[in-house]
Amino acid sequence: MRFRSNAVVGGLLVGALFSVALVSLFWTPYDPLALNLRFRLNAPSAIHWLGTDEFGRDVLSRAMAGAGTSLLVAALTVALAVTCGTLLGLVAGFFRGATDRVLMVCNDALLAFPGILLALGVMVIVGANKFGIVVALGIAYTPSAVRLVRSAVLSLREKEYIEASRVIGNSELYTLLRHVLPNCSAPLLVLATSMFGWVILAESALSFLGLGVPPPAPTWGNMLSAGRPYIESAAWLGIAPGLCISLSLLGINLLGDAVSDWFDPRMERL
Amino acid sequence: MLAENAVPLLRVDALRLHGPRGAPILNGISFDVAAGEVLALVGESGSGKTMAARAVLRLLPPGVQRAGGQVLVEGRDVATLSDPEMRALRGCTVGMVFQEPMVSLNPAMTIGAQLLEGLRLHEKIGVDKARERAIEMLRRVQIADPAACLASYPHQFSGGMRQRIMLASVMLLKPKLLIADEPTTALDSLSQREVMEIMADLTRTMGTAVLLVTHDLHLVERYANSVVVLKRGDLIEAGPARQVLRAPRDAYTKSLIAALPQRDDHRPAIPQGAPLIEARNVSVAYPGAARMFARTAAKLAVDAVSLAIMPGEVVAVVGGSGSGKTSFGRALIGLLPISAGEVAFRGQSLQGTDRKQRRAFRLDCQMVFQDPYSSLDPRQRVSDIIAEPLRHAKEMTKQERSTRVEEMLREVGLEGFADRYPHALSGGQRQRVAIARALVRRPALVIADEPVSALDMTIQKQVLELLRRLQAQHGFACLFISHNLAAVSAIADRIVVMSRGRIVEQGSVNEIFDSPKHEYTRALLEAAYVGSSSLASPLPADQGAQEAERSGALLGVR
Repeated sequence: MRFRSNAVVGGLLVGALFSVALVSLFWTPYDPLALNLRFRLNAPSAIHWLGTDEFGRDVLSRAMAGAGTSLLVAALTVALAVTCGTLLGLVAGFFRGATDRVLMVCNDALLAFPGILLALGVMVIVGANKFGIVVALGIAYTPSAVRLVRSAVLSLREKEYIEASRVIGNSELYTLLRHVLPNCSAPLLVLATSMFGWVILAESALSFLGLGVPPPAPTWGNMLSAGRPYIESAAWLGIAPGLCISLSLLGINLLGDAVSDWFDPRMERL
Repeated sequence: MLAENAVPLLRVDALRLHGPRGAPILNGISFDVAAGEVLALVGESGSGKTMAARAVLRLLPPGVQRAGGQVLVEGRDVATLSDPEMRALRGCTVGMVFQEPMVSLNPAMTIGAQLLEGLRLHEKIGVDKARERAIEMLRRVQIADPAACLASYPHQFSGGMRQRIMLASVMLLKPKLLIADEPTTALDSLSQREVMEIMADLTRTMGTAVLLVTHDLHLVERYANSVVVLKRGDLIEAGPARQVLRAPRDAYTKSLIAALPQRDDHRPAIPQGAPLIEARNVSVAYPGAARMFARTAAKLAVDAVSLAIMPGEVVAVVGGSGSGKTSFGRALIGLLPISAGEVAFRGQSLQGTDRKQRRAFRLDCQMVFQDPYSSLDPRQRVSDIIAEPLRHAKEMTKQERSTRVEEMLREVGLEGFADRYPHALSGGQRQRVAIARALVRRPALVIADEPVSALDMTIQKQVLELLRRLQAQHGFACLFISHNLAAVSAIADRIVVMSRGRIVEQGSVNEIFDSPKHEYTRALLEAAYVGSSSLASPLPADQGAQEAERSGALLGVR
């Protein structure tokens, strides 16, 4: 058996991400919230591996604790957006007609707003907390999923195996779930993995604007924004959460690709 | 006769091609094409005939490499030509017509722009002069109103017309060699005939040699001087076309010739009585095209067609594209709404609101689609595909169902394929799966929409034979839709000829073949090459003489 380097690297990165998030629930090197003003802005050293921030909090501990929050927010948001998007996209694309038109007008109206602006508006209504972010970003990212699923369904519904399914006597719902949904899962999975990245970034942006997870609770996004004023004197404050974000995105994208190939019978099994 | 030592226009010498990972595609094939000669490369899919033709223009797909041998055009090895020299060769010396007319013209450019593009690239002439020549060439490929055609877009033309335009754009540069890669495979038999006649005429008057890549032996018989038979990259047999086709030496060539459809006179008599399904004045209308503020008038695809099919009877509906035969089949099975008239199944109308009756009909009526590549869900295994119709057979136990699926797999000759996915099957095997899926519930009526037209000749024969055997075994009635009269002659009890949405003639196979009454039927027969000549019988004397005259110098093929 030949290993696919992509799948292995992706798997390792995602595995590491999850284990760190899990471990941080029970143990971090220091209390991520404990202030220690004597050790403000210390460079990385043997005591504080990734240095300390402007309040003397251990950056490594905060990054570990932030992994859990960021991951939870991103995963829930993607799940919400993809589920809603798939449902609406399937219905719009498969049944066409008036349903399609009404759905797509609403969808395109939402799509016309920049995602972050839409999220901001929703945040104001639902309040600044973890689940507020999930709902806000979920709504902001649903329209692109709807568009993607609908376009995939539009091309699939013309295939003869969809007609064959009708001729067999299957109901429309069964045809939709058994033949249409599985065949648009590949682009959907790619969208979901890249959306994961957007959401982590969007969450940072919201935190940056003071609407994200409220301080002092650490997320990668608010760590990044808090480190911004010190980018010249204490670069590690930006580098640590930045690296965390990029590495987890890399891992998730690689793994997502490998998983979508694995589920596709047309790809040669390796 | 050409001099022995003359340099041939095209010489392919011991050409070997390798695919990715070194899989052999061609194992050292050699042939010559002399100026003005028509040479046919014949073989089934996967025989490497297209690759051999593409190697001449160095248009091999990525991953395919030349492993040995030479391709000489006018004595020059194409492998040694620089890119600018190669570009000059393409178009000017060697032109190419592709298989798929629907995608080989750029949909965003007018015909004129595309015709002039090539002409002005290769010959430095003014726009007016180029236009003049383009119009002249379009006239020669029998496009009505060539001047208007120049300003039109490809989607405004039918497949046959597009292929003629494609031919015009290639012949505009007066190439010495025309490579025609399955030029008519995607067309219905009437347009096929038309395009081939024009191509033969044009190349003959312009003295252009033709390398014709095809799987259709009828075309070879009619148009080629010599023939090269390929099988899986090996040269099986080569020689003058008549000699190879009349007296094939190799068993493979014989099997290719045997695969041509033959009339079946031994069909059992059809029991008379109540029809299984009856269409009464069925019309199908398509809504007109949407313009900015209104729609154009609706188009009648099927115009008041009445047809009754007895239990166990095989009725073939034949017609060119646009004749409404496919729309009729789809309307019959309920995939298209009927705009007027009614369909009655076992004497009961399906147009009523009786859902139970409609459902019973659904379950008793199945369909085999044309394109085996899109009629199977790529994410289902073969066994799941075949088992799916049994979902609605509530009276069967799980055990009975899996036994039935195995039995069906055996009947279509696909034992051991149960766990495969469709992508791992060939076109013929996929069509067998589609047939198994249609028959697994033992339907009373099967509608087969061009079930073999996407397949190779030998595979066509196998699939037709399978259908015929299963029909004899299970006794289902069948509506067989096809554009090719030759294909249906082997299976049908009765032939219905459709043209422009109407039935123009119907009768038994013998009536239609031996004494066609309608002009359109005669044209179809002519196009199917079964009326005028048949490979099984010797050519009439005058036709043979004509052909000898046409072929001019027959050059021996090495």
